[in-house]
Amino acid sequence: MVESALRERTSGEVSASSLQASLLPALAVRDVSHGFFLRDTHLQVLDRVDFSVGVGEFIALLGPSGCGKSTLLRLVAGLETPVSGVVATEEGPILGPDPSRILVFQDPTLFPWRKVWDNIAIGLEARGLLRASRARVDDVLRLVGLQNFANAYPHQLSGGMAQRVSLARALVNDPKFLLLDEPLGKLDALTRLSMQGEIVRIWQSAGFVALLVTHDIEEALLMATRVLVFSERPARIKADIRIDKAYPRHRDDEDLVRQRHEILTLLGHASDW
Amino acid sequence: MSALISTRDADPAGSFRPQESTVSASKKSVAGHSQAIVILAFAASAAWGSAGIITQVAEDVGDWGRATEFAILAEVVSGLLFTIGLLHLFLPRIVAPVLRFLPWSLVLGLFLAAWEWSTAKSGLLPMPFFPPPQALLEVFLDDGGKLLESVLASLELLSLGVFFGAVVGFGLGVALGCWKAIGYWMHPILRLIGPLPPVAWLPLAFFAFPSSHAASIFLIALAVGFPVTILTWSGVRGVDPAYYDVARTMGASRWFLIRKVAIPAALPHVFIGLFMGLGASFVVLVTAEMMGVKAGLGFYMNWAQGWAAYANMYACLLVMALMCSSLVTLLFKVRDWLLSYQKNALQW
Repeated sequence: MVESALRERTSGEVSASSLQASLLPALAVRDVSHGFFLRDTHLQVLDRVDFSVGVGEFIALLGPSGCGKSTLLRLVAGLETPVSGVVATEEGPILGPDPSRILVFQDPTLFPWRKVWDNIAIGLEARGLLRASRARVDDVLRLVGLQNFANAYPHQLSGGMAQRVSLARALVNDPKFLLLDEPLGKLDALTRLSMQGEIVRIWQSAGFVALLVTHDIEEALLMATRVLVFSERPARIKADIRIDKAYPRHRDDEDLVRQRHEILTLLGHASDW
Repeated sequence: MSALISTRDADPAGSFRPQESTVSASKKSVAGHSQAIVILAFAASAAWGSAGIITQVAEDVGDWGRATEFAILAEVVSGLLFTIGLLHLFLPRIVAPVLRFLPWSLVLGLFLAAWEWSTAKSGLLPMPFFPPPQALLEVFLDDGGKLLESVLASLELLSLGVFFGAVVGFGLGVALGCWKAIGYWMHPILRLIGPLPPVAWLPLAFFAFPSSHAASIFLIALAVGFPVTILTWSGVRGVDPAYYDVARTMGASRWFLIRKVAIPAALPHVFIGLFMGLGASFVVLVTAEMMGVKAGLGFYMNWAQGWAAYANMYACLLVMALMCSSLVTLLFKVRDWLLSYQKNALQW
């Protein structure tokens, strides 16, 4: 199983859709290493991570918790710059945050003093576009099914609703990259299931590139077109697995069950399944 | 902080309202409740009535004006309370909103009767330190104009000082939270001067400023400015960095981050600073008026003491308490309005 996964990684460049990715990479992560200084010790979190993402892909970044996946997302968001290596889009290296690349966090981090509508509008407001595109806010509010909660305050929402608002707040900017940092991690199992489907549906219609950090293998398999499996910290890419399955997917699908076992083995948990 | 914690939930009069929602409340117990309310209203009426009658009938041991007016006032209140008791029997809906004041009315009536008897009637409490209620009423009726003038003078001084202190403190706090260079210069100064009680500047300020009026405004501003600065600063520093990340990825400029993220997030802290500052400003105001300013409630108080006019002092103290309490209430109202998004806002 490990070999097959590795083979997929090395031969990935020639497979049809990856070919498209290499010809027209929407995002290129080239030989990126990154770390922090904690007091005097240097903590390496990313070790020569290298991959390309094609237009319209949905990438799941899977790995043990604390391995550095979230850091990778922050690099793509432009909130940090890598110690070495390059993260670049078609427009060139990423030097800072930009509304075309929006992060959605595990916590909804809604602004508690703003109503739902105003929370969603903040991106447009920050760029001075709100006056011209108020309807856009209403549209995304409808997209996530919260049109009746425009005037609610964040504390009046359930966890799932708050996370939907957070998603809408990202989508209103019409991002090219939606960076999802375990956005469903704190939701209950049922809300989680429905939101997984919802995010995939939105991704299919909006056409952005999605990068999803998760440590839920099933979630990765249900949602992504490609799964990058990371090692323990410092994170290296252990495998790059393509999921060629139509949506909506079923967790009991034979291929998905096989691939789940494959990934579990890669993560060193083959016997736990 | 305990001063900010609400006692409104523990409303003792709540138990005097018929509680239809309680499942266990049978009709009998509601009737029992109703009876208790009527008895309470009549008892309160009797207490006020006796205060009035004592004042009218018994001989005063000293010479105080306005005794008749006080007696009439107490008897009118007594009559009102009696009417409330009667109305509750026949038209309970009309008097429902005022029922929560009944326990306080009873205690207040008893207090007034005891006060009247122990001062004007028996001379139990030493004169002139304990004037009777009619003497206070006399002050309000005959010297009310002067009192009102004093209140306005105090308010003018206070509002100017609080305004400048709050504006400068808020601006400085935000600046400290947002720019490290400002912290380098301001932090040592704040640490040295901030904890100093503003009244300590009083002698210095009175000769450094052209007038005692200007000096007092400066001192009040100082008293308000320090807590507002510190709490605004800590509020801005305490903002969850994730809020900044969210806004930054969506294209927010630095100015936008300050205006739309840092300041709203810090506002609850700012109001704690204002609350503390307002308390400190009262201290400075009254001290300044007692020491040099020739107007205001503190000045009135000093003047009354000079004439051994104890009734005027008590009246002034009461007015001062009402003024300070109203200002704190006003502050909390503004806060509740601005921070209406908060789930469990503290109540005043």
